[in-house]
Amino acid sequence: MKFAVLVFPGSNCDIDMYHAIKDELGEEVEYVWHDATDLSEFDGILVPGGFSYGDYLRCGAMANQSNVMAEVKKFAEAGKPVLGVCNGFQILTEAGLLPGALLRNKNLKFMCRTIQLKVENNNTLFTSQYEAGEVIHIPIAHGEGNYFCDEETLAQLKANNQIVFTYAGDNPNGSMEDIAGIVNERGNVLGMMPHPERAVDALLGSNDGLKLFKSIVKQWRESHVS
Amino acid sequence: MKKVKIYITLRESVLDPQGSAVQGSLAKMGYNEVQDVRIGKYLEVVIDDTDRELDVLVKEMCEKLLANTVIEDYRYEVEEAN
Repeated sequence: MKFAVLVFPGSNCDIDMYHAIKDELGEEVEYVWHDATDLSEFDGILVPGGFSYGDYLRCGAMANQSNVMAEVKKFAEAGKPVLGVCNGFQILTEAGLLPGALLRNKNLKFMCRTIQLKVENNNTLFTSQYEAGEVIHIPIAHGEGNYFCDEETLAQLKANNQIVFTYAGDNPNGSMEDIAGIVNERGNVLGMMPHPERAVDALLGSNDGLKLFKSIVKQWRESHVS
Repeated sequence: MKKVKIYITLRESVLDPQGSAVQGSLAKMGYNEVQDVRIGKYLEVVIDDTDRELDVLVKEMCEKLLANTVIEDYRYEVEEAN
């Protein structure tokens, strides 16, 4: 399986993402610059964290206007997997690939620590390797991770089981319903504030994030049996 | 040329922790009359004379980039620019 790690001016988790795929997962991966216009050689798109365009105007707003995002929209429409982490999640909401928006943390602080995350839905292509209700340890690092959507959207998220991860311990940012990660209705686009790519090696604190990437690969292999 | 003054504000349903913090500071300074503070953005966009309709242009820019209508409202005023 071949992954693309998108790189915008100001991305800073792209190298961690690349490392997670290449060295820990053992799959193919390439960096793709934001002005790329062809993603046809890839099987999965990873939108990494950071501060694309300095978070100017709104987090993710200007990254959404880059060439590559038009391709990511086509890629998602084709049903292929797209994962956005942290700033990547913000970009995917700005792009309209995921509903809602991410607001300033309720306590106004940049939160950088490992948190407990509950797997609310393990019936997605991103979470099949986790147990339902499993609590995992994944780092967060964000100042604007406070998930918000209107009541109608929230009801839809619940009805369709689109809430994939919630904060199991303290909610670090004030997000609605303790939401930490959601998928689109079709289930092939996941956005999450915590960083699974920073939790892929037990030596560095946790490898709980690795199962997320393994889930993606498992689904891909099963759908590409020759 | 026109100068378009664009005001972007958080929708009423969206909490504004920054505004609340500023309100707290004002209260500490003795301005107990202050009931609420909401923080938004103000942009000045200077636009060359164009055949395209200005209202359509500004609305497009706001909805595609300048504001996120999931959480924000916008309004604008147009002035002659020198």
